[in-house]
Amino acid sequence: MAIDESRVIVPGAVLTAAPPVVGRFSDFVYQLRGNPATFAGLFIVAVIFISALIGPLIAPYDPYGVNLGDAALQPSLSHPFGTDQYGEDILTRVVVAARLDLLMVLSAVVASTVIGVTLGALAGFFGHYFDEGVMRSQDVLQAFPRFVFAMAVAWALGPGVVTVIVATAAINIPGYARLMRSLMLSVKEAQFALAAVAVGNSRWRLLWRHLLPNCLTPIIVLSTLQCGFTILEAAGLSFIGLGVRVPQAEWGVMIAMGLQDFLQGHWWIYTFPGLAIAFAVLGFNLLGDGLQDILDPKRRRV
Amino acid sequence: MGSTRLLLYAARRLLFIVPVLLVALFLTFALTRIVPGNPIDRVAGPYISVERRAELKHIAYLDRPFYEQFVLYLRDLSQGKMGTSYTTAQDVSKDLRQRFPATFELVTYGMLFAVLVAIPLGIAAAIKKDTWIDSVVRAVSVLGVSLPIFWLGLMLLYVFFFYLDWLPGPVGRTGTAVRFAQPITGFLTIDSLLKGDFELFWLAVKALVLPCFTLGFVAMAPVARMTRAVMVEVLQSDYVRTARSLGLPFRVVVLRHALKNAMIPILTIIAAVYGYALGGEVLVEIIFSWPGLGQYSYNALLSSDFPAIQGFVLLVTFVYMVIYLALDITTAALDPRVQY
Repeated sequence: MAIDESRVIVPGAVLTAAPPVVGRFSDFVYQLRGNPATFAGLFIVAVIFISALIGPLIAPYDPYGVNLGDAALQPSLSHPFGTDQYGEDILTRVVVAARLDLLMVLSAVVASTVIGVTLGALAGFFGHYFDEGVMRSQDVLQAFPRFVFAMAVAWALGPGVVTVIVATAAINIPGYARLMRSLMLSVKEAQFALAAVAVGNSRWRLLWRHLLPNCLTPIIVLSTLQCGFTILEAAGLSFIGLGVRVPQAEWGVMIAMGLQDFLQGHWWIYTFPGLAIAFAVLGFNLLGDGLQDILDPKRRRV
Repeated sequence: MGSTRLLLYAARRLLFIVPVLLVALFLTFALTRIVPGNPIDRVAGPYISVERRAELKHIAYLDRPFYEQFVLYLRDLSQGKMGTSYTTAQDVSKDLRQRFPATFELVTYGMLFAVLVAIPLGIAAAIKKDTWIDSVVRAVSVLGVSLPIFWLGLMLLYVFFFYLDWLPGPVGRTGTAVRFAQPITGFLTIDSLLKGDFELFWLAVKALVLPCFTLGFVAMAPVARMTRAVMVEVLQSDYVRTARSLGLPFRVVVLRHALKNAMIPILTIIAAVYGYALGGEVLVEIIFSWPGLGQYSYNALLSSDFPAIQGFVLLVTFVYMVIYLALDITTAALDPRVQY
């Protein structure tokens, strides 16, 4: 067994990850009330989710309604965010784009979480050659600056939604693998792990039912923060034309369209999609920071 | 801790870079080769004879199997050749050398700005914890990690170039068509001063302000945040309390005792941010038409310029790893507990 018993029985010398979260809704609400920044983050993320779900229904115009007669109109009452050079309503496109952006980001984050956590958990749990192999491969992935690697992957795959998902997921995997490995290393030495082995749990059952659930808190926090970074990276890829392409309503693409009209002074074409990105990323960052406080028993309100 | 041991450690780590670079290079190589179609066909266009086309492919090794291409690339690399760029028609190593100074100057000033602002901000926030100063620093750092770097650049350009007309527009390192003579250090700001050309110096500074601020603002946020977090912890520690109880001035305690102990996590985050800056820098260069490596790599990707892409990734990965190496060596030198 991978557990070093001599270390486990020393009182006070045992490092454990945070105990499992008690899923009590009223307690969660209580924690949120003492933390306005987290509440703001939750609110922003909720707004993004709602516009992703029902955006096309509430948007005032057709996001692809080209109307050259209304090209590049300044913000006004009928077009609060103005129109772009094809006469498409920018407010509509900003709202509708939430669906595509959120879809890409969530897919990428879920994919990188699943792959990274699995790799890290197995590396930490089994150790030895498997650990070496996994961690050295992550070293190589991390040898590239993040965005440069994403650019190369996106370029090789060719533009498209799937490309953005694969490229942004790929750069996030090493972070998860590393975090999960270190959590697993500490949690597998814990007393409860020894107890689980003592009552006759198999290795796999120990890993999936006892150890993994106890590592979830930091993973949830990282995933929330990662959503924010991934929005920035996905938009960056689309902005330079390696991700989603014009005329797709996507925040990065819309800023790129604004860049074309920069010297005409049509500031509204790029300002509002950028604000949407900043708003969404801010939401995920505030929520991630807040979750860290709420889910960490040492930092909770009592 | 002897300095010889430290040197040995550095040498060992430097050797370790080689295999990682090789694998990274292989990955890039594989990535470029999974793109369908032969780049020569794309670059050469339709008006070129079949024989000439075959000849060009032969020169670029593109008529050989994948593994042979890789081995030949490594052979040329060992002789300092990185292959001829399909777009500039000169060796990629020369291309990279020409463009490196512009990027280096931008990233250096950007990071310098970020670090020089972020560390004092983080310390101030930690000392004045839970006051308005702390709130402002927190707001700035949350904002810094939330803004898309390319959008921030565009907004700054709109305000300071288009609207106020205080700073030059996105036209590279001087903001004008001024030609400059042979570089000395490659830093326009330094070269112009060395030559006594104050006009050029002023042009270079003005052109640097916006891209550096853009890069620096985004890089600043994580550093300020980490500085605050570590300093808060360190200021509550026993040795700081002891130092204070001995009657040492607060300034001395903060700068000499607390900051020194907080330096390792701060340096770690600076190294991580440097890596981020190397990527974000590509976007900044595109926005500001900065004639550096970022532009070059972007154009290389758009034109499927294989040798240029490989050369760029190799160089950036190398720089990135050297930064981490420098970090590990500094950490080892600063922290007597680190075993090496």
